[in-house]
Amino acid sequence: MPTQKTLAVTGNVLVAEAMRQCAPDVMAAYPITPQTTIVEEFAKFVANGRVHTEYVTVESEHSAMSSCVGASAAGARVMTATSSQGLALMWEELFIAAGMRLPIVMANANRALSAPINIHCDHSDIMGARDTGWIILFAENAQEAYDNTIMAVRIAEHPDVMLPVMTTLDGFITTHSIDRAEIMDDDTVKEFVGEYVPEYALLDTDHPVSHGNFAGLGGPYFEFKRSQRNAIDRSAEVIRDVADEWTAICGRPFGMVEGWGMEDAEIAIVAIGSTAGNVRAVARELRAQGVRVGVLKVRCFRPFPFADVADALAGCKAVAVLDRAESFGAEGGPLFLEVRSALYDRTERPAIVNYIYGLGGSDVKLDLLRRVYSDLSDVADGAQVPGRLVYLGAR
Amino acid sequence: MANIKELSRREDRLEGGHRLCAGCGASIAVRQVLLGAGLTPVVAGCATGCLEVSTTIYPYSSWKVPFIHNAFENSAATVSGVESAFKGLQRAGKIPADKKMKFVAFGGDGGTYDIGLQSLSGAMERGHDMVYVCYDNGAYMNTGIQRSSATPLGAWATTAEVGKVGQGKPMRRKDLTSIMAAHHIPYVAQASISEWKDLTTKAEKAFAVKGPAFINVFAPCPRGWRIPYDKTVEIASLAVKTAFWPLFEVEDGVWKMTTKRVTSENRLPIEEFLTPQGRFKHLFKPENAELLAAVQAEVDRNFAYVQGRCGA
Repeated sequence: MPTQKTLAVTGNVLVAEAMRQCAPDVMAAYPITPQTTIVEEFAKFVANGRVHTEYVTVESEHSAMSSCVGASAAGARVMTATSSQGLALMWEELFIAAGMRLPIVMANANRALSAPINIHCDHSDIMGARDTGWIILFAENAQEAYDNTIMAVRIAEHPDVMLPVMTTLDGFITTHSIDRAEIMDDDTVKEFVGEYVPEYALLDTDHPVSHGNFAGLGGPYFEFKRSQRNAIDRSAEVIRDVADEWTAICGRPFGMVEGWGMEDAEIAIVAIGSTAGNVRAVARELRAQGVRVGVLKVRCFRPFPFADVADALAGCKAVAVLDRAESFGAEGGPLFLEVRSALYDRTERPAIVNYIYGLGGSDVKLDLLRRVYSDLSDVADGAQVPGRLVYLGAR
Repeated sequence: MANIKELSRREDRLEGGHRLCAGCGASIAVRQVLLGAGLTPVVAGCATGCLEVSTTIYPYSSWKVPFIHNAFENSAATVSGVESAFKGLQRAGKIPADKKMKFVAFGGDGGTYDIGLQSLSGAMERGHDMVYVCYDNGAYMNTGIQRSSATPLGAWATTAEVGKVGQGKPMRRKDLTSIMAAHHIPYVAQASISEWKDLTTKAEKAFAVKGPAFINVFAPCPRGWRIPYDKTVEIASLAVKTAFWPLFEVEDGVWKMTTKRVTSENRLPIEEFLTPQGRFKHLFKPENAELLAAVQAEVDRNFAYVQGRCGA
């Protein structure tokens, strides 16, 4: 019988708890703000003998992911956590983990990238890793960060997927704020994630395998990449199924996207991560005033749920996409590019505006979000789009 | 210590038919090192480089042991992950507690002295039960003979050219073996493919110790050194006899020369090692006499240093 306990807890502590419950055989990690409390909490579990995990305290994030690759290829369940510059330092290894089809689960505390140096939240780090072949889930709050971590293990290790998964939570906002959340009992999680049974383990000396072979010289590199593409496409169904299963146990729903008021919305804001909550607060206000506003939160960024996004938005008159990351020189931020692309095939399409906001932890005040809805109302009434790309609240 | 009769009965764990150049020192190093593991199951890792691209062309492999290649600079970190998985899975009861396994990482000098130094240092400091083997051919051979920090003073390389002003690499080599000894790990050794008994003995010791071990193996590259492919072992032997490459080991902090045949008195002049190699040809021009003397002085300095450490 699943038993949940309500806690007042930070996102990082809860992610560490989820990791403990999933019982990785190896954790290889390097400290970086604002991920640190995840690895510190985990170190306590190790010191107190609460996990069997071999904890590898590496000398860099590059080695963290390199060790994870080795350990996962060896046949272990492997987890790690990082942030910002650390994720950037892993960049090379992110592609290798995905290309070698290793089901590593990593938490990323979303944080700005240098320069100038800044330790606060934005999505520059994770968006820089969006095409590395990892499945990428965004959490709105501590609860979702916890749930995503547990579901990630099942998604990654699913035989139809076999890809690494990144579960992200917003730096400081979600990693360090105390939030109300429910934690499942250990046995239920243990049963839900099950045991990892690798098919091609280096440590299975009776069936020797070779990982990371050379596929050049007219070799099958191209075909490997297609099979990787097929796997991440297939993962969408697995992500949905695993979410349904977890919902049946914990009672919380998880969509690829989550709409609020989208059934009859004329104007809508698309957001990811913690900001979705702020947008919903403003949307409630406006709904009370009779404005037909909606909010679309994207929980799964890779694979991107094109059909869900287009279905939700196609009937709107005007849509704003909030990007907490730049894609310098592109038509807009990373989320905007995806959303606009998702709408291309629809005959009915809303006007669409891109707002870049909150870089380097710049505050997302509710007034700014009210301004976005107000812009959208004007656009819906036939006004000019206020510029393809707006730096929201920049001084 | 195994004799040649015993060694000849052991299985060769790197199969022939790979695509390394004829006379490549790297495959000799790998085969001799793996002989040292005895019958215990081994997992091998390898950095990106000649050895890796030539022995693992999909869907083939020359490795008769479970093998992993990850990237260039992280062979040590990768194998440390494999070893950690073994520990974690044993603790979980998923691998029998009495099962024994060995873990070995290979890298060239580029992947070890240069781009992989941090990864290696970290893995050694963390105390993983693994062996790291550097096959040192003194340049980035896979990409086309570019200089590394293992390239000897005065050697030509494609990024240390010989011209009107440049006369090959103007810097001395990095002393990686000493750096590894400074990690105070249980076993560190310097060996050469020309001394099979010394090398396999060192490999046996490295695999036998509990904790990290490091072996730096001198492994000539005919293509990069501009030597005939049938001179690999001979040139490696000259490196030992001229004291360019002293053979020693550091066992639990105790330094020891492993050959008594090479002394300050009887070692050959460095020219014996340099002359057969095209990469040192320019050193013998009259105007480079001073540089040639500097190369000898560098060998003298290094040999005296190792002798001093070994109390010889």
